[in-house]
Amino acid sequence: MNAQIESWEDIALERIPLFLAGHDVPWVTRARQSAFARFAECGFPTRRDEEWKYTDVAAIAKRTSLAPDNIPPDPSSEAALFAWTLAQKGTHLMVFVNGHYSDELSALGELPKGVRAESLAEVLDGSADLSEAFFDREHEHGVFAALNNALMTDGAVLELAPGAVLEKPLYLLFISSGNGTADYPRNIIMAGEGARATVIEHYFGMMEAHNFTNALTQISLAARADLQHCKLLQEGNASYHIAGIHAEQAAGSRFVSQSFALGGRLARNDITSRLDGPECRCNFDGLYLLDGRQHADHHTRIDHCAPSCTSREYYRGILDGESHGVFNGKVVVHPGAIKTDAHQSNRNLLLSRQAEIDTKPQLEIFADDVKCTHGATVGHLDDDALFYLRTRGVDEESARSLLIYGFANDIVARVEAPDMRARIEHLVLDRLPQGDQIKELL
Amino acid sequence: MPAATRQLDELIGREYRHGFVTALESDTVPRGLSEETVRLISALKHEPEFMLEWRLKAYRHWLTMTEPHWANIRHPAIDYQDIFYYSAPKSEKDGPRSLSEIDPELLRTYAKLGIPLKEQELLAGVAVDAVFDSVSVATTFKAKLAELGIIFCPFSEAVQQHPELVKQYLGSVVPYTDNYFASLNSAVFSDGSFCYIPPGVRCPMELSTYFRINARNTGQFERTLIIADKDAYVSYLEGCTAPMRDENQLHAAVVELVALENAQIKYATVQNWYPGDKEGRGGIYNFVTKRGECRGANSHISWTQVETGSAITWKYPSVVLRGDNSVGEFYSVALTNHYQQADTGTKMTHVGRNTTSTVLSKGISAGHGQNTYRGLIKVLPGAENAHNYTQCDSLLLGNQCGAHTFPYIEVKNPTARVEHEASTSRIGEEQLFYCTQRGIAPEEAVSMIVNGFCKAVFQNLPMEFAVEAQKLLGVSLEGSTG
Repeated sequence: MNAQIESWEDIALERIPLFLAGHDVPWVTRARQSAFARFAECGFPTRRDEEWKYTDVAAIAKRTSLAPDNIPPDPSSEAALFAWTLAQKGTHLMVFVNGHYSDELSALGELPKGVRAESLAEVLDGSADLSEAFFDREHEHGVFAALNNALMTDGAVLELAPGAVLEKPLYLLFISSGNGTADYPRNIIMAGEGARATVIEHYFGMMEAHNFTNALTQISLAARADLQHCKLLQEGNASYHIAGIHAEQAAGSRFVSQSFALGGRLARNDITSRLDGPECRCNFDGLYLLDGRQHADHHTRIDHCAPSCTSREYYRGILDGESHGVFNGKVVVHPGAIKTDAHQSNRNLLLSRQAEIDTKPQLEIFADDVKCTHGATVGHLDDDALFYLRTRGVDEESARSLLIYGFANDIVARVEAPDMRARIEHLVLDRLPQGDQIKELL
Repeated sequence: MPAATRQLDELIGREYRHGFVTALESDTVPRGLSEETVRLISALKHEPEFMLEWRLKAYRHWLTMTEPHWANIRHPAIDYQDIFYYSAPKSEKDGPRSLSEIDPELLRTYAKLGIPLKEQELLAGVAVDAVFDSVSVATTFKAKLAELGIIFCPFSEAVQQHPELVKQYLGSVVPYTDNYFASLNSAVFSDGSFCYIPPGVRCPMELSTYFRINARNTGQFERTLIIADKDAYVSYLEGCTAPMRDENQLHAAVVELVALENAQIKYATVQNWYPGDKEGRGGIYNFVTKRGECRGANSHISWTQVETGSAITWKYPSVVLRGDNSVGEFYSVALTNHYQQADTGTKMTHVGRNTTSTVLSKGISAGHGQNTYRGLIKVLPGAENAHNYTQCDSLLLGNQCGAHTFPYIEVKNPTARVEHEASTSRIGEEQLFYCTQRGIAPEEAVSMIVNGFCKAVFQNLPMEFAVEAQKLLGVSLEGSTG
């Protein structure tokens, strides 16, 4: 392990300054180097780590290189084709290819007053007018956040002035096309008092690409700000995706996080929110729909630090083939966070003999006047419901598909942006054996 | 209910009342742990060669292990060389065979606890294998049990008289390599209870043991082994109270249950070790390994526990559901007050087909108490149609305490149904208002609500224990209203 870390050290310390954004800015380089030192100190987590008990990242550690890609995006490549097909009308589109922003493929359009959306690399190489705090905090979120901090390539910076409203969603499309590349996207979202926006993060990979993505999104919401964040994971069958989404909420703000894990060989999402002010609302929704040898791990954490906040969490999993789903949801109610109302639910459908689910909903409560509940279930399709459909002339395969669709749709229906909801609904149906029939029914 | 709440009210605000040290002479092995200590314990107990070997294997394995720190508990480091590993009351040498031969001092101790042996023998029909410190000094109803072929005796006696059974079953559920504290126990265990129910026999009475820690600074390392052979049934009670003392004491017991085909074992515990004083000084460290194995088809094991004592409780009574159609149950009430910490729960491992498990856990935190439920439901690939239902509820009294829930669910079979639900709340203002509005004092109302909260678990206790459990639960809940 040590020899490996030394080689990573060479990669990081010698090559960071050469091509990564912000190398002329002393504090950026400093932040990268100290983050790398933290990463090198801990190394990759093993399954003996409680937080990584069910997810083995040894395959990532065995990579010959963790160095970020330095190929400027080529607009004529295959990736571009995908960008065109995936681009959604009625959004502000930013496209990143192998971790780098592509101006040609993006279509930001006109942004409303008080809204700034830029590429992180441009900001770091240009004005670098970002708070250093964003690059200082990542160590709270584990080694992969530190690795991202050290090697981040590019990403989106969204800043909303107080009261600013972004009506159309900001659509961030990350395309991985390279074989064996490592991408380090980093997004920063800052919403001023009473601002409102919807952000979509869509990760898309070629079928065969065996790339590694280590993404990090930081979200800071001022009082009464409102952010909807929707993440769609559609990486290639051989790719590894490790990501963190970390929010901090001031009084009266609302944060909605939705995570849809449909693709990728191994996906790990760490989603957290800290409710720092009273009367915040936080919603976490998620769906993992897995097949083959896929592995998806969601770790969520909601910290209730202030009184009278509400959090709701709904996660569902559908596991077929030899897939492996992991859910670990933690709700922490800190001393003084009275009148907390927290509810968490994780439900899983196991469809095959080889599939496995490990779920662990957790409550840690240090205040007395609270209302906290959680629930978790694991099961298979309801035999009675199947029978009911069969008696009405629906063939077994369609009946199964219909029930699975219904199970998934409880989460999909929670997506507020209509186009995105339709897109995810189609992706879910495409995965079902009789999905086309159901599409007709709808 | 009013009678029960009055009883509770009496207890509110009291410090630990079972605090006294009985002046009995003890036969003590010098402080500290080494291979010599292990050999000495084994020699003192005149054990056969296989036992010594087993102890030594356990001791050598223990040396290679490190103390676990994953539990949600905090305590100063334990100095394993500063513990007396063996202490036997002098009266052992006199070998009492009936109550009349028992040291009158001991009888008075039980009288103080309100559980005199005589009364139990006469009124409750309970056979008591009283473990006083580390050696059993009284066994009642033995003859009656022997008629049915039931073996119920101190562990050390079983080693002498039924070595073949001990050899066959000892460590077959909790191997000496199982965990740090189980290994330590395997190396130095002093005594405990042994119970064997032959095929087709239904044990006619509740078997019962009262554990007490008596000699100062004596670690208590009990070992209990209960075997229910085919079609047998046994209900076993274990209760604990301990004298008041200042130094922390380590208690690392191991309980193994084996249920063969169609057998049923019910194991109930009321635990009230000394919890430390109001400032959190002293108190027992209770690090216990309890596991049952449903080895045969249609077997049934249920654990019921009421945990109100100990400074630290670290305990996960588990069931391995190996036989087809076997059933595992876990019912628990854990109360932490003052500076008590409890990290407790269960493990249900589904191996056989059509296995069912039920978990019902009620945690109550008051004062600065920290209460953690930690459970594992594991369904292995071959466990067709496994079903688990888990419910764990926490009640918070006061704003300095904590309640935590860490359930692990691992499912590898698609026909399994696993349900888990948990809730945490405090006593509702409406509930209190409803009671006070009807003229019930707030303190009394709290007791009433707490008792109602635990009712579902108490229902699973044998009658003899239910009353005692309610009494123990009432341990100083004062100041918890409003």
